[in-house]
Amino acid sequence: MPAPWETVIGLETHVQLRTVSKMFCGCSAAFGAPPNTNVCPVCLGLPGALPVPNELAVKLAVRAALALGCTVHPRSVFARKNYFYPDLPKGYQISQFEQPLATDGSLSYLSPERGIVTATIVRLHLEEDAGKSLHDRFPKQTAIDLNRCGVPLIEIVTGPDFRSPQEARAYLLTLKQVLEYAGASDCDMEKGSLRVDANVSVRRAGDTALGTKVEVKNINSFAYVEKALTVERDRQIAVLEGDGGARGAIEQQTMLYDAKTNSVRPQRTKEESHDYRYFPDPDLPPLVLQPEFIEEQRAALPELPTAKRERFQTQYALSIEHAAVLTSDRTVADYYEAAVHAGAEPKVAANWVINEVLADAKDHNEQLRVPAASLAQLVSMVKGGRLSQQAAKRVFVEVAERGGEPRNVAEALGLIQVADSGVVAAWVSEVLGAHATEVSRYRNGETKLLQFFVGQVMKASRGKADPKLAQKVLEDKLAS
Amino acid sequence: MNDPSEALASAKAAADRVVKTKRLNACLTGPKDLRKSLVAQAQAAHPSGVLYGMPVAVKDNIATLDFPTTCGSKILEGYRSPYEATAVVKLRAAGALITGKTNCDEFAMGSSTEHSAYGRTLHPFDKTRVPGGSSGGSAALVAAGVVPAALGSETGGSVRQPASLCGVVGIKPTYGRVSRYGLVAFGSSLDQIGVLGRSVHDAARVLSVISGRDPKDSTCEDRDPLRLPTVPESLQGFVIGIPKEYFPADLDPAVRRACDRVIRLFREQGAAVREVSLPHTSFAVATYYILAPAEASSNLARYDGARYGPRFDGATDVRALYRATRGQGFGAEVRRRILIGTYVLSSGYYDAYYRKAQQMRALIAQDFRNAFDRGVDLLFTPTTPTAAFKAGEKLADPVAMYLSDIFTVTANLAGLPAISLPIGRAKGLPLGGQFIGQAFLEDELIEAAYALERVVPATTEA
Repeated sequence: MPAPWETVIGLETHVQLRTVSKMFCGCSAAFGAPPNTNVCPVCLGLPGALPVPNELAVKLAVRAALALGCTVHPRSVFARKNYFYPDLPKGYQISQFEQPLATDGSLSYLSPERGIVTATIVRLHLEEDAGKSLHDRFPKQTAIDLNRCGVPLIEIVTGPDFRSPQEARAYLLTLKQVLEYAGASDCDMEKGSLRVDANVSVRRAGDTALGTKVEVKNINSFAYVEKALTVERDRQIAVLEGDGGARGAIEQQTMLYDAKTNSVRPQRTKEESHDYRYFPDPDLPPLVLQPEFIEEQRAALPELPTAKRERFQTQYALSIEHAAVLTSDRTVADYYEAAVHAGAEPKVAANWVINEVLADAKDHNEQLRVPAASLAQLVSMVKGGRLSQQAAKRVFVEVAERGGEPRNVAEALGLIQVADSGVVAAWVSEVLGAHATEVSRYRNGETKLLQFFVGQVMKASRGKADPKLAQKVLEDKLAS
Repeated sequence: MNDPSEALASAKAAADRVVKTKRLNACLTGPKDLRKSLVAQAQAAHPSGVLYGMPVAVKDNIATLDFPTTCGSKILEGYRSPYEATAVVKLRAAGALITGKTNCDEFAMGSSTEHSAYGRTLHPFDKTRVPGGSSGGSAALVAAGVVPAALGSETGGSVRQPASLCGVVGIKPTYGRVSRYGLVAFGSSLDQIGVLGRSVHDAARVLSVISGRDPKDSTCEDRDPLRLPTVPESLQGFVIGIPKEYFPADLDPAVRRACDRVIRLFREQGAAVREVSLPHTSFAVATYYILAPAEASSNLARYDGARYGPRFDGATDVRALYRATRGQGFGAEVRRRILIGTYVLSSGYYDAYYRKAQQMRALIAQDFRNAFDRGVDLLFTPTTPTAAFKAGEKLADPVAMYLSDIFTVTANLAGLPAISLPIGRAKGLPLGGQFIGQAFLEDELIEAAYALERVVPATTEA
C-alpha cells in the first residue's frame, strides 16, 4: 500500500499598499471611483509620460518587509514585465525581478494540524497594478477601467511550505493581521486589496522531490481559499490515481477557480505562454535606500501580533487562546488595554471583550460601540457587587445603543443591586413565607433547594438583590 | 526684442519661411494651423523671457499641445497629446514661439529621415540627398534659415549627425541634463532632447532654457539650468584628446583633411593636443543596436490601437486587433527594431545579448573616464564618416545605415555631452566635427565650440 498523499502549497500574495496616490503618479488610488476618472498621462501610459516613485509606497513596502522579518536590500531595481493586454496601457508592468526590495523573511502561524509553524517568505517586491477588464458590462464587448492601473502593490512569495489548504488559509489570515498591524494595507480581499495565487502539487508522504505544480488563480475571498485549494488537490490526486481510468500525470498549467461551481478550469494556454522579457526599467534609477531610512521604517512599526500576544499572556495572565483573540486585531488589542488601564481586572475584562464587545462589533459593522472606560466601569461595578452579571449585560447593550455612563444607565434602569441586609432580609422573609413546603423540605436535608430560594429572592427583588448577600441571609434564616 | 509687435512680426515671418521651404518636407505642420498658432503664441508670450519672440521648431516626437505629435508614424497619425513636454513648457515660459513640428524618422529610428510615414525630408543644399536623421526636419529647417534653432532628440546621434550633414550646430546634452518628460521614448536610457542651431550661441541659449531639474522625470538630475559661458579669447589651457579609433585608415579623405585642419587650429589657438585611445569603440555600434532596440521593443508596446491613435480594424479579437494595428501602423524599420529588441530580451538570449551589451556599455563609458582622468578636457572627432549621402543609397542595407552613427553612438552609450559644428565642405556639402565632453560640463564644451566656430573655415572645401 502506497504512502498517503501529501499536499504542497506555496502562495503568491498581492497586497495593495495603503497610499493616497498611485505608485508612479499623483492620481488617487481610491477604490470605487467612476470608471477612468483617476487617471493621468502617466498611468494611462501616454506617449512621452514618465514614472516617478511614490515615497509613501516605498515606506509601507519596507515596513511590510520588516514586519515579515525580511532583509531589506539597500539597492533594488525596478524591472519591466512585458506582455500585451488591453488593461495594461504601457504594454508592460513596472515590477521588480532580479533585484527585489526584500528577501529571506518568515512568518509563524498557527497550523490547525501542526501547531505553530514558520512559513518562509522568499521575496517581497514592489510593483504597480494593472487596470480592470470588465467582460460582463456590455454584451459581447470588453470595457476597460484604468482607475486601478498604477495602484501600488507588494507581492509576497512564500516557499512551498504549506501542507494543507487549511494551513494556507491560516497563513493568509496571519499575514493579513501582520500587514494590518504594520499599517501597510487594509487587506480587504473583497475590494481586491489582497489577492492570492497558489502553486499546488501533491506527492507521496516521505518523498523529497516536489510534484508537478499547478497555479491556481482567481481566489477572490478568504472563504474560497480552502475550497479552491481542496478542489485542485483532489483533482490532482484523482488524476494520479487514475480515478475511473488509466493513471495520469499532472500537467504544469494555470487553473482558474470558479466560486459559483466550486471547480477549477484551465486558463487558455494561449494566455499563459508568456515570455515576459524582464529587463531593468530605464525610466527609473535603482531604488537606493539609506540605512537610516530603513531604520526609520523599523521604528515606525508598532508591536506586532506575536509579540503582543506573548506580552498579553505574561502581563495579564491570559490563556494563549484569549491572548490570540485579543491581539488578532490591533484596534481590539488597544481597546482591551485601554479598559485594563482604566481599572478593569484583566481576566474579567478579557472575558467581556471576547464575549460581549466582539459579539456586538460583529453585528454592528466592526464598531466597538462601548468606550473602553465605560467597559471598565461596568466591570468594576460587577466586582463591587453593585450590578449583577445579568444586569451588567443589559447595561452594556443600553450603553452600546444609546450611550451614557454605565453608572447612570444602571441607576435609571433600576438595576443597582441592593446590598442593604435589612432590605434583603425583608425579601427573604417574604419568599420563605410563601414557600413553606420547600422550607420544611430544606430543613429535612434537601439543601440543594438553596438555589431555588435565591432565585425566588432575585425574582421578588426584580433582580436588584445582591445574590451573594441573599444567599447568606437565606442560609442564616433557614438554619435558625 | 521685447515688443509684442516685433514678436508678432517674427512669428509671421517664420510662418512665411516655412511655407517657402515647403518642398523640403521638413515641417509637418500645415501652413494654416502654423500661422494661426504662431499669432496666438506671439500674443501670449512673456516679453521678459530670454527667448522672447524666437521661433523654435520642435521635432515631432516631443509632445506639444498646439500640434499633433505623430513621431513620423502612421500609428500616431493625428494624435494630440493632452499635455506638453517639460522642454516645450520651458521654451514657452522663456517666450519662444513653437514653430511647428519637424519631420523625423519614425520614432526617431533612422539616420536619413527617409523612414517617415509622411515622406522623406530633402537636404536643403541638394534635393537628391538626405539631411541625415532622425532629427532631419529640424536640421533642414535650421540650415534653410527658417528658424534659428530647433529641438531634436538623440538616441544614437540623431541631433549631431543631421547637424553635421546640414552644416549647422547640434548639441546633445549629458544624459539627465534635460527632462525627457514628453519626449516619446525610443531607447529610454539613451534618449535626450538636444538642440540644433544656426550658431553655437543659438543652440546653447536654447539648451540653457530647457535644461535643469524636473520632478516628472526620475532620470533628470537635480541641477540648476546650464549657465552659458562667455566666448573665450582662445583655446589656451584646453587639453584636447584625439581618439585614434575615430580616424581609421579608410576614413573619407575630405573628412580627414577637414579634421586635420581643425587640429592645426587647436594648436594655433593655444590648446594642447594629445592622441588618446578608446579601445572599446569598435563594439559601440553592435552594443547600441542591442540596447536601443531592446528598450524600443518595450517602449513601443503601448501602440496597440486599444486606447488612442488609429485602429486598423477588421479584427474580431484583441490579438488580431494588435496584429492589424501594429502590422500596418509601424513602418519596416520600426518593425525590424522591435523584432531585434524582442529577440535580445527573450529568455535564453538575454544573457548572450542584452546582458553582454550592458557590460560592454560599461566598458565604453570607462574608456572615456580613463581618457578624462589622464588630463584630457575634451575629445575631438569627426561627427560622421561622410558628407550627406544620396536618398535611397542606404535604404536597402540597414547595416550601412547604422554605420553612419559610428562616431556618435559612443557619447549616447556613455551618457556624455557632445556638440557638432561645421568644419568645412566636401564638394559643396557640409562636414561636421564634434567635441565630446565630461558629464555635466557642457559649459566647457560650448566654450571650446565658441572658440573653434570663430576661426574654422566652415564653408570652404577641405
